[in-house]
Amino acid sequence: MEQYETERLSAAQLAAVRRSLTSGRGALSRRSLLRASGAGVFAAGGAGILSGCGIPPAKREAGTADSDDHSDKEKQITFSNWTEYMDTSEDGKSRPTLEAFTKRTGIAVKYTEDINDNVEFFGKIQPQLAAGQDTGRDLINVTDWLAARIIRLGWAQKLDPSLLPHAYANLSSQFRRVDWDPGRAYSYPWTGIPCVIAYNSRATRGRKVDSVTQLLDDPSLKGRVGFLTEMRDTIGMTLLDLGKDPGRFTDADYDAAIGRLQKGVDKNQIRRFTGNDYTSDLAKGDLAACLAWAGDVIQLQADNPEIKFAIPAAGYVTATDNLLVPAEARHRKNATRLIDYYYELPVAAQLAAYINYVCPVAGVGAELAKIDPELAKNPLIIPDEAMAAKSHSFRSLSSEEETAYEEKFAKLIGA
Amino acid sequence: MTVTEAPPTSPAPARPPVHRTSVRRRLVPYWLLLPGVLWLVVFFVLPLVYQASTSVQTGSLEQGFEVTWHFATYWDALTEYYPQFLRSLLYAGTATALCLLLGYPLAYLIAFKAGRWRNLLLVLVIAPFFTSFLIRTLAWKTILADGGPVVEVLNTVGVLDVTSWLGMTAGDRVLATPLAVVTGLTYNFLPFMILPLYTSLERIDPRLHEAAGDLYAKPSTTFRKVTFPLSMPGVVSGTLLTFIPASGDYVNAQLLGSTDTRMIGNVIQSQFLRVLDYPTAAALSFILMAVVLITVTVYIRRAGTEDLV
Repeated sequence: MEQYETERLSAAQLAAVRRSLTSGRGALSRRSLLRASGAGVFAAGGAGILSGCGIPPAKREAGTADSDDHSDKEKQITFSNWTEYMDTSEDGKSRPTLEAFTKRTGIAVKYTEDINDNVEFFGKIQPQLAAGQDTGRDLINVTDWLAARIIRLGWAQKLDPSLLPHAYANLSSQFRRVDWDPGRAYSYPWTGIPCVIAYNSRATRGRKVDSVTQLLDDPSLKGRVGFLTEMRDTIGMTLLDLGKDPGRFTDADYDAAIGRLQKGVDKNQIRRFTGNDYTSDLAKGDLAACLAWAGDVIQLQADNPEIKFAIPAAGYVTATDNLLVPAEARHRKNATRLIDYYYELPVAAQLAAYINYVCPVAGVGAELAKIDPELAKNPLIIPDEAMAAKSHSFRSLSSEEETAYEEKFAKLIGA
Repeated sequence: MTVTEAPPTSPAPARPPVHRTSVRRRLVPYWLLLPGVLWLVVFFVLPLVYQASTSVQTGSLEQGFEVTWHFATYWDALTEYYPQFLRSLLYAGTATALCLLLGYPLAYLIAFKAGRWRNLLLVLVIAPFFTSFLIRTLAWKTILADGGPVVEVLNTVGVLDVTSWLGMTAGDRVLATPLAVVTGLTYNFLPFMILPLYTSLERIDPRLHEAAGDLYAKPSTTFRKVTFPLSMPGVVSGTLLTFIPASGDYVNAQLLGSTDTRMIGNVIQSQFLRVLDYPTAAALSFILMAVVLITVTVYIRRAGTEDLV
């Protein structure tokens, strides 16, 4: 320290000190002052900006979702659907049932196949719905758990029952009662999606695979078993295998199902958890057996007779895809008329013949037999009584349950 | 200076225009910067601030999220998901090393030996980009299918026994194992390694090689003392361009991997879309960013290159 006491410094040293303060590295230049004050402002302002963000509650008050209806002035609707979920003509250029609807009602349908995945689709429409804006869609088709969430958040519009005579009369009893939409006030099912066990008989060397227990324990299937990334299907089927009802289970049951599957993961019995991509793996034989959606199985069988399916004795889970009118949609009435149209028996039969999923319309069998008698006998499209009796649906979850369960499931599937 | 030295009799109005043009001229760089800065502010800074805010919020989708300065989210996320972080760094690091091993000879060949084939080879390097990332990754599912020719050969030769022992494969399959994920990453990011390597190799004056030869350096010595040091900028930028995106990638792990190969990108995706736990997802993104930044900084310091081009 001593050498810096000014009176002991020579003139040259003093000059050097002065220089270092004004033009050396320690100099307080304009730039360093700006930089320092900038950092200070950022630190102080940053905290303010950060706390100003926040995400407002997504939930809307009941009854506020209904928007002004422009149906009578604008004869049109925009319909968002999954791919391969609408009948098309041989050349793939027209959609017969939709065109017949437009011809009859004068309502033009803008049909888009922009739903590939429930979680992604929710991510896409969520910002608009949360902000109370029109998504530009009058009718969307989402799986029941997402439909339940959208209704729970108050993001769906109530349907006018007087516009739904066919839907009301023809909805089959299996789909009438759902705990997330009592009385079907907001939604009507487009299809039922049974989750079954599919196997490639070449890969299993002719062995039948018909239970979740076998999927998880049969050593001959080791490393070639697939489960679905759709939590309700995978857990639901496992719950049934454990003797629990997916429609009425507790946290402990859920954990037991997770534990059961975790064992399968740990001993490398389970190869992957898949979305739609299991179909190619199964056809190639990379997956010997897996949980599968019935409609896919029918389509796979058409190309590859070695693909077989089995309904577990313990029962199976049926999910549904449901038509909803999102909040702020401009053409609720037109959309409702389209829902009702697809519950007319000849129309429903035409659709069912094309898309190969369980038809939620009661009494469609006779009409379907006129188009294709083989399909009308297929229990994966028109469930017989024995088949319907084994069907279970996954109960709806509260927001907290949903987060907690999805978290555990995400950990199981390694994501 | 010329203005002040002008005789006082010079017309007064002459001054302001000179002054104005110089101001305008000084503003030119800022105007040129403006589009880029605006772009970065809107698409980088704002989302970053928004994510930073999200990471310290608590709440649920239904109740909304509020900033509560809940920094514990970071700690929870780190303790919960550190295996996925380590795995991401390991896979990305391995893929980067493989890219360098595969890419360097190829870039060398294109730069020095290809002659008139040079442009064609460069186009071939970029050609995979003409198809979508997803399609290219899905193609690997067919290439590596169980019982397919590739797996059969690897199995017969005994390579799979070695990788199995290393924990990279399981039994006699490659798909749904770490090896498949690393292979996919290596394939998808290889061009990002080759192109910078090529640019820096191509700049090396061939006369330097001749000079080294004149000084009795063996070809291997020439490579070690001349070529490789001069290509360092390419090596550094190539490894960065490979490592950074690879460590955040989730497509390869999802399509080619299994439950035990999930990378941090998969966790972030599932926290955002599936669990709807936005704070954890945002915190994980920030941690990933920090980890990559630190790794890269240390690496650049070690590699000791000033210019990365």
